[in-house]
Amino acid sequence: MIEREQVLHVARLSRLRLSEEEIDTLTGELSSVLDHVDKLAEVDIEGVEPTSHVVPLENVLRDDEPRPSLDRDVALSQAPDAHDGAFRVPSPQAEA
Amino acid sequence: MSTEYEAVIGLEIHVQLSTKTKMFCGCELSFGDDANVHTCPVCLALPGVLPAPNRTAFEYALKIGAALDCELSSFNSFDRKNYFYPDNPKAYQITQAVNPFAVNGKLGEVRIHHAHLEEDAAKTIHTGGAGRIQGSDASLVDFNRGGTPLVEIVTEPDLHSGAQVREWGQLLRATIKQLGVSDVNMEEGSLRCDANVSIRPAGSSELGTKTEMKNMNSFRFIERGIDAEIARQKALVEAGEPVVQETLHFDPSTGELHSLRSKEEAHDYRYLPEPDLVPVVPTQAMLDEARNSLPELPAARAARYEEIGVSEQAALLLSFETDWAEYFEGVLAAKKGVDPRVAANWVTGELSAELRKQDEQPLAETKVEPAALATLIGLVAEKKISHGAGKTVLEEMVASGADPETVVADKGLEQISDSGELEKIVIQAIEDNPKPSEQVRSGNEKAIGALVGAVMKATQGRADGGEVNRLLRQHLGL
Repeated sequence: MIEREQVLHVARLSRLRLSEEEIDTLTGELSSVLDHVDKLAEVDIEGVEPTSHVVPLENVLRDDEPRPSLDRDVALSQAPDAHDGAFRVPSPQAEA
Repeated sequence: MSTEYEAVIGLEIHVQLSTKTKMFCGCELSFGDDANVHTCPVCLALPGVLPAPNRTAFEYALKIGAALDCELSSFNSFDRKNYFYPDNPKAYQITQAVNPFAVNGKLGEVRIHHAHLEEDAAKTIHTGGAGRIQGSDASLVDFNRGGTPLVEIVTEPDLHSGAQVREWGQLLRATIKQLGVSDVNMEEGSLRCDANVSIRPAGSSELGTKTEMKNMNSFRFIERGIDAEIARQKALVEAGEPVVQETLHFDPSTGELHSLRSKEEAHDYRYLPEPDLVPVVPTQAMLDEARNSLPELPAARAARYEEIGVSEQAALLLSFETDWAEYFEGVLAAKKGVDPRVAANWVTGELSAELRKQDEQPLAETKVEPAALATLIGLVAEKKISHGAGKTVLEEMVASGADPETVVADKGLEQISDSGELEKIVIQAIEDNPKPSEQVRSGNEKAIGALVGAVMKATQGRADGGEVNRLLRQHLGL
């Protein structure tokens, strides 16, 4: 089960503003997702190393050689707002 | 009877690595370029991209781990640290939360808990309002810095005062600088230091509530900030009020501490393993290379210098700056029998001061060869010229690169070796200065200074101070 307070907390961390209706819906939906995942907890994993990857690869490293970067205009073309060659975003202090 | 308190301080130091490219993409690293000219789909977090870790960043990190006397991990993995803030377009930072590359180290008196690799955030400039976060209405984001390889070094809480933090911080900076893996320039942010500060009754082993001081850009400011915070916490506790866990900013211009709103309240970072990166298992060759490539580090160098007689202060000054240490060793190598203590004092004292005086010359550009300075030190040591005359010669050497023996000959600075000649000057000085002479005779030995000065003036500094003193005392009947 997930509590309403946890939904609000996660929404706050993600700067999401939720309506009362959405809070109710999400509390129910997230609960059923977590319940589903909890099924996994029934498996006995005593002595099993945690798996972080299914492919047995290691040491995939890149040489420290510069590659071309994007033109600034191209990079900024994806931004909703830009100013002086920088991405402009709402102040992080403005509350969601 | 008031309780004595002791401060307990732990540090988190972020070091930007001086690789050519970013941690997970091939964008070039540079400082001071126009905004957003070093970005790509990876460091802008466009959909569908994958990170590719920089091998050199790993090698640099392992060197830092080795220099801090850490155990180097045989298994490295990466995790996502989730936070929503405009300086990080993925909304998570890739870091090593579980399996860092180095653990259990020590530098000087301070234990290292661990060191891990991560990526730096972008630079944000808050516009409108008073500049620093509070009251701003929009932010401008420059992603040039975003994705720079960072090593975070976390100490155990083994420090106890602002001064100790400054001294240890300087040792750490010199040590990393010596490795050549970072610019360690605090003003440019390539070395940043956060401090966790708490106080407790002296002798107690419990830890009090800590506050965190963020991102101070010089060790002097850190020292002052920490001392201000220790004083603030003591005042709170003595007034019976609790210390609240919070993040503080120290304003060096006013000496005041301000509470900062943290990026993420409650530090709820919801770490999870980074599925886009496979583990890094350093090969024995990589580990050996990290350990075997270590140069002589500042702490060891300072100890070696002190062993050959150099004063502690000069030993530290020389060890923290590689070019000064190399210069000093050049002086020792140039002349057999030169006293290391004396040579170190000339290098860190007279030479350093003279370079500063003459247009702030950097050591790297000085016209004074180590061998020439060795010759000058020899002339003074052999009493061919006085110490004062030596300084005059050095001034000329710094200005023109002249040979010391030539300067001595041209300016006629040879010490008066004929004691008969010096004796005449001494007798004359006593006659010309009846007042101090009388004072000395009647027991005021300090007055002899005026007579020494008179002799030095008459000889233009060419007399040996000890000899002048001896002759004066003899003729004044002491």
